Amino acid sequence: MEQSSTVPNGSARESHFAALLSAGEKIEPRDWMPVAYRRTMIRQIAQHAHSEVIGQQPEGNWITRAPSLARKAILVAKVQDEAGHGLYLYSACETLGISRDELNELLHQGRQKYSSIFNYPTLSWADVGAIGWLVDGAAITNQVTLTRTSYGPYARAMVRICKEESFHQRQGFEIMTTLAQGSEAQRAMAQDALDRWWWPSLAMLGPPDEQSTHTDQSLQWGIKLETNDEIRQRFVDQTVPQAHFLGLHVPDEALAWNEGRGHWDFGDIDWDAFWEVVRGNGPCNHERLAHKVQAWQDGAWVREAGLAYAAKQAHGAPRNSA
Amino acid sequence: MSALDPLFTYLLRLGDDNLVLAQQLGALVSTMPELELDIAVANVCLDHLGQARYLLAYAAEVEGGGRDEDHLAMLRDERAFRNAVLFEQPNGDFAHTMARQFFVDAYQVPLYEGLATSADLRLATMAQKAAQESRYHLGSSSGWVVRLGDGTTQSRRRMQAAVNALWPFTADLFSADEVESVLVAEGIAVDPASLRPFFDDTVAAVLADATLVLPSDAYQRTGGRQGLHTELLGHLLPEMQSLYRAHRGVQW
Ligand SMILES: [Fe+2]
Ligand SMILES: [Fe+2]
Repeated sequence: MEQSSTVPNGSARESHFAALLSAGEKIEPRDWMPVAYRRTMIRQIAQHAHSEVIGQQPEGNWITRAPSLARKAILVAKVQDEAGHGLYLYSACETLGISRDELNELLHQGRQKYSSIFNYPTLSWADVGAIGWLVDGAAITNQVTLTRTSYGPYARAMVRICKEESFHQRQGFEIMTTLAQGSEAQRAMAQDALDRWWWPSLAMLGPPDEQSTHTDQSLQWGIKLETNDEIRQRFVDQTVPQAHFLGLHVPDEALAWNEGRGHWDFGDIDWDAFWEVVRGNGPCNHERLAHKVQAWQDGAWVREAGLAYAAKQAHGAPRNSA
Repeated sequence: MSALDPLFTYLLRLGDDNLVLAQQLGALVSTMPELELDIAVANVCLDHLGQARYLLAYAAEVEGGGRDEDHLAMLRDERAFRNAVLFEQPNGDFAHTMARQFFVDAYQVPLYEGLATSADLRLATMAQKAAQESRYHLGSSSGWVVRLGDGTTQSRRRMQAAVNALWPFTADLFSADEVESVLVAEGIAVDPASLRPFFDDTVAAVLADATLVLPSDAYQRTGGRQGLHTELLGHLLPEMQSLYRAHRGVQW
């Protein structure tokens, strides 16, 4: 995978890689790339793919209890989109020379991560609204910039994904709007969901710039185009007015409009709590991974049967006798 | 009882079939053997849910009592549900899910093809689209029955067990009473008995391909069309209806 079809060797390849980046052109699978670039790209795309797949679970938790048939249909379609995003992203990752089975195994062994946000439980229907509004909302803020990331297959996957994510964000906001304008109990449900999802949604955009180990190199390689703190500020700026529109209280007493900066100031994120979740000690880490591993193990006989059947078809081997 | 009652009941029967199946398929999303199958099961779920909504909304309209699709789905108790008992059988393992789907598809393909020329245009319009969906589902479910039946020793054992477990609930698909006979005479409904040859031929051909056999035990459980269900429905409905029932008269 290390040799290039377009550039012969040594420092010439490195300067070609650097030239592509500085020209704002995409790195494609056949291009030479530094080992560390490949490793970083695999880690980031895999983590993103795993997040989409694990992300089916918290919202999937409400499919059977959705409060109307229309909401049930929208929710099934949304969760299905997330599985589809997982597929595109695994394909993008495979162009870097790693297989989906290997990626799956790394997830199951806990050697690759998924977004910390999916380690929180969905305790009411309003959580489905809050996830669409805040979690998909935060994800889009990040992913819109990733449509211009330097690795071509990842950037193109992001273009497709972003189109669907904006539908996800809208349906979430619409659920929140309905609840916020609904009965006393519905408004309480919406506020409770905002209280629980607000801080994790800010934290999911990643550690602050001064703690982020990969930021400088990733910016230099054009993998990241904005820092975590820049993306987080943009998310806060667009979301706070939406919360006010809903008549809901953002659970941050330090939140204040800063006329001088032209941005919302907000309080300190509890990064210790965030790192606890990343380390595996969030409320649902064990359940989420266990559910994923269980489904994979339960399905082993099905995948084996598919392979065995295909092999029989290919070789005209004798069939089972009835 | 008004003259509209047979159509209302018929629409409930077909609508509940799809609603109860969609409810079960929705629970499978994120639990399937492969990511592609998570996507596929969501697709099939959405097709059945769409059919259910159309049929129940139409039923509510025919009834003219101010109910809507959600009232019908969420506020009826198990004795008022009119689905055939096959649809409420549990997901089980992947073989059971596929056997249930295969029997459903082999029934719904000729049903919807027949209804596509119904004298009731609302029903005909819906059935034309649903027939396409069902043909697609049948291609997929029969493919899995064959692959699992003729796959490994384990998959064959599981697939045969699933066929044996679900076969006793298939006769209920073809149960009929005066509701159907009135509507068949008006060119609105399809006579369930007329669906049997397609169903039997399809099952025979696919099981032969899958190296599987039908159970010889002739026992069949019926009664769903009169609201006499297996005990399973009484667990499925409360889960589906819990949130709607906890907050009456609100919008979602
Ligand atoms: Fe997504
Ligand atoms: Fe999404």
